Amino acid sequence: MYKNLRWKFLTILAVLVLFGGLGLYPSIASYFGVKSPAWLMAYQLRLGLDLKGGLQLILKVQTDDALKVEVENSAEQLKTALRDANITGTTVRADPAQVQFTVESVPTASEQQFRTIADNQFGQSYDRDARGGGTYVFTMRTNVAKIRREEAVTQAVQTLERRVNELGVAEPWVGPYGTAGDEIMVQLPGLKDPARAKAIMGKTAMLELKLVESGPVSDEKMLQTNGQVPAEMQIVRESSTNPSDPTPKFYLVKKTASINGNDVRNARATIDQYNLPAVSFTLSNEGAAKFGDVTAANIGKQLAIILDSQIVSAPVIQGVITRDGEITGQFTQQEAQDLALVLRSGALPATLTYLATQEVGPTLGADSIRAGLMASVMGLSFVTLFMLVYYRLSGLNAFISIVFNLIILLGFMAYLGAVLTLPGIAGFILTIGMGVDSNVLIFERIREELGTKKGIRQAVAAGFDRVFVTILDTHVASLIAAAFLFQFGTGPIRGFATTLVFGLISNVFTAVFVSRTLFELILSKKPAGATQLSI
Amino acid sequence: MRIFSNPNYDFIRWRWHALIASLGLMAVGLYVAVFLQGLPLGIEFTGGTVVVMDFPQRVDEGQVRAAIDPIAKDAIVQRVGTGNQIMIRLRQAEGTQVGDSLEADALRVEAAVKNAGFGVPTIASKDIVGPVIGADLQRKGIWATITALGGILLYIGVRFRFNFAVGAVIAAVHDILITLSMLAFFHFDLTLNVIAAVLTITGYSVNDTIVVFDRVRENQRLMRREPLDSIVNKSVNQTLGRTVITAGLTFLAVFALYLFGGDVLRGFAFTMLVGVVVGTYSTIFIAASIAIILSRRTTSGPATAQPQAKLRRA
Repeated sequence: MYKNLRWKFLTILAVLVLFGGLGLYPSIASYFGVKSPAWLMAYQLRLGLDLKGGLQLILKVQTDDALKVEVENSAEQLKTALRDANITGTTVRADPAQVQFTVESVPTASEQQFRTIADNQFGQSYDRDARGGGTYVFTMRTNVAKIRREEAVTQAVQTLERRVNELGVAEPWVGPYGTAGDEIMVQLPGLKDPARAKAIMGKTAMLELKLVESGPVSDEKMLQTNGQVPAEMQIVRESSTNPSDPTPKFYLVKKTASINGNDVRNARATIDQYNLPAVSFTLSNEGAAKFGDVTAANIGKQLAIILDSQIVSAPVIQGVITRDGEITGQFTQQEAQDLALVLRSGALPATLTYLATQEVGPTLGADSIRAGLMASVMGLSFVTLFMLVYYRLSGLNAFISIVFNLIILLGFMAYLGAVLTLPGIAGFILTIGMGVDSNVLIFERIREELGTKKGIRQAVAAGFDRVFVTILDTHVASLIAAAFLFQFGTGPIRGFATTLVFGLISNVFTAVFVSRTLFELILSKKPAGATQLSI
Repeated sequence: MRIFSNPNYDFIRWRWHALIASLGLMAVGLYVAVFLQGLPLGIEFTGGTVVVMDFPQRVDEGQVRAAIDPIAKDAIVQRVGTGNQIMIRLRQAEGTQVGDSLEADALRVEAAVKNAGFGVPTIASKDIVGPVIGADLQRKGIWATITALGGILLYIGVRFRFNFAVGAVIAAVHDILITLSMLAFFHFDLTLNVIAAVLTITGYSVNDTIVVFDRVRENQRLMRREPLDSIVNKSVNQTLGRTVITAGLTFLAVFALYLFGGDVLRGFAFTMLVGVVVGTYSTIFIAASIAIILSRRTTSGPATAQPQAKLRRA
């Protein structure tokens, strides 16, 4: 009667070996420290932050910063271009808040030439608005601004990736987050020192080297001429890292940077001539050429090393420097190392603010795993005990199919690299519940069919056939709900939805196919006219 | 062994009583939850900080509260876990900006506890959520629920009849509302985990309802002459054994989660426990009743309701 029994049995065995081997074995082997081939261990179940411990951050990129820099640069570029074209007497003023810059008093005779220059340079990215009297307002186009914002986020993601990769965390993850378009999520599982990681990630690391005009002085007013900061100049404060000397120091420096962080190719922590921690850097070829020109022309002058708008040190240029430079200051060894790291990884295009941080200690994660396992084992035991009492030998059948279900579920998740989180474990327990439900549905139906005086084989067949549609309907409805959970949910909800989806799929297989094969196996051993079934 | 042998309870007769009782319960629950206490939203939704500290020995909540009182007046201090852990919750102050200020607040509180002189704690966990993320999560949670319900409505509408779909979805909403008010009543915070549990209940409730509807569909084909409410009643009775056993077993499994799952999952487990009970009740009394009431409106006379089964049984 049951011709395909052998094949069904082999299919089940194959599925079990496949999923058990990929899903359970690597995780168990690693738990007990059993040596296994690396390709197999790659399928270890990945644990979420809440189980492993670590740090998760959601950061917002202040994309306004990037636009501000862009507008200021454009204004500077236009100034240079006008100077080169000998158009004098004009003023160029950047207004970053409005994403625009204004040009005033363009001489009437040069207006045509001015327009040509401006359109050549900014025709693509700015809208030019003539206000009359030689005044022009350039506003960044909305679509250009949007692209610049997106670029800033992409660049921030790349920079953060480089930074976290050097933190020595096993599986760091950095990526865009949410629907606003300017948020980034960073996950650092198993991280030991969250405070340091946050400091490293948050550093803008905007490195600029600017020529010093005068300073240092303790009052910034002394650097002004007639109460004004001289043209093309700016006043920068020295970062007061020396606790014995609390008076502030100000410098007057050139507004345009000689070189900046983009020109840095490599950086590492070193020891300076006084045996203090310092950071040495190597410039790119282009940067080296620029730097060579600047230093050659300014020997004997001070060069301010400005990090994030504060002067770290202002050494005197002793000779021509091309490729290699050194930043000295009041660093600790750790600070020097971290500074080298952020310089290597490049500057952030914009400042970052923390929207949310989640820190989980390693002990809590281990406790949660233990608690989750305990709850799963107890839940399964309660259920099995009841099934054995209520459905007798058929209860064993249910137990086997539920255990198979969990094995397949684990295998699925390990194979696809899905992450197991605490809500995921809750999803496990719900999967047990769903598995039980399917078995109960089937068993109740078989009992009902037995009540109509059918033979046991017909009753079992009818039970499975009739209930199949119900199981299909309930599972599809649950899958729909789980899919929406995954689509719109975040973090924990997604972890839960993932387990639920895999659990639902494997449950259809185990509750219907595995359980039925087990029944048929039992029935095939009974004589054709048997009327007794342990259910 | 059997719990019910050929049950024949007249559930449908009680449909109006059940509906009124449910409406009453929901009204009281929502009144308590919304107007009396306010929904106890977790920091994921409101913004704020939760720090769990692990002390080397048992620490008194009052002492910790006293230590941080000067800097964080309305902080909630609670002992969790084995007793050596203290959870401190700082609410997001109205109007404060994201990120750094919350971070600084948390560090000040940690320092105050460390300096209070009852052992140096380690940080078991720390969650800081800015108000922007909170608002975003709130929106997403609500959307996930609405769209999931919409999807289910559509599926049941296609596979059964639209009246049935409405019944199932109303029953699910009913379960969600009652569970939420229970959470408020027992002072469980509405965290993301709890929201996941609420969504699970939605699935469970619908699952339960579909089993009954499926039986109704089957019986409609077998007993064409019978009026719909008698068919529904028979179907509820035929599936009663399964409904009660599944509910009982799921309850047991979730109860294990409640007992052994640790503090982090306790809110989740509690939500599920309430949900299983309410979901079972609504399957028997609410979903089918609504379907019958709606069918009465749309079709006059005894059930001419034709099954729309697309999938023929063997």
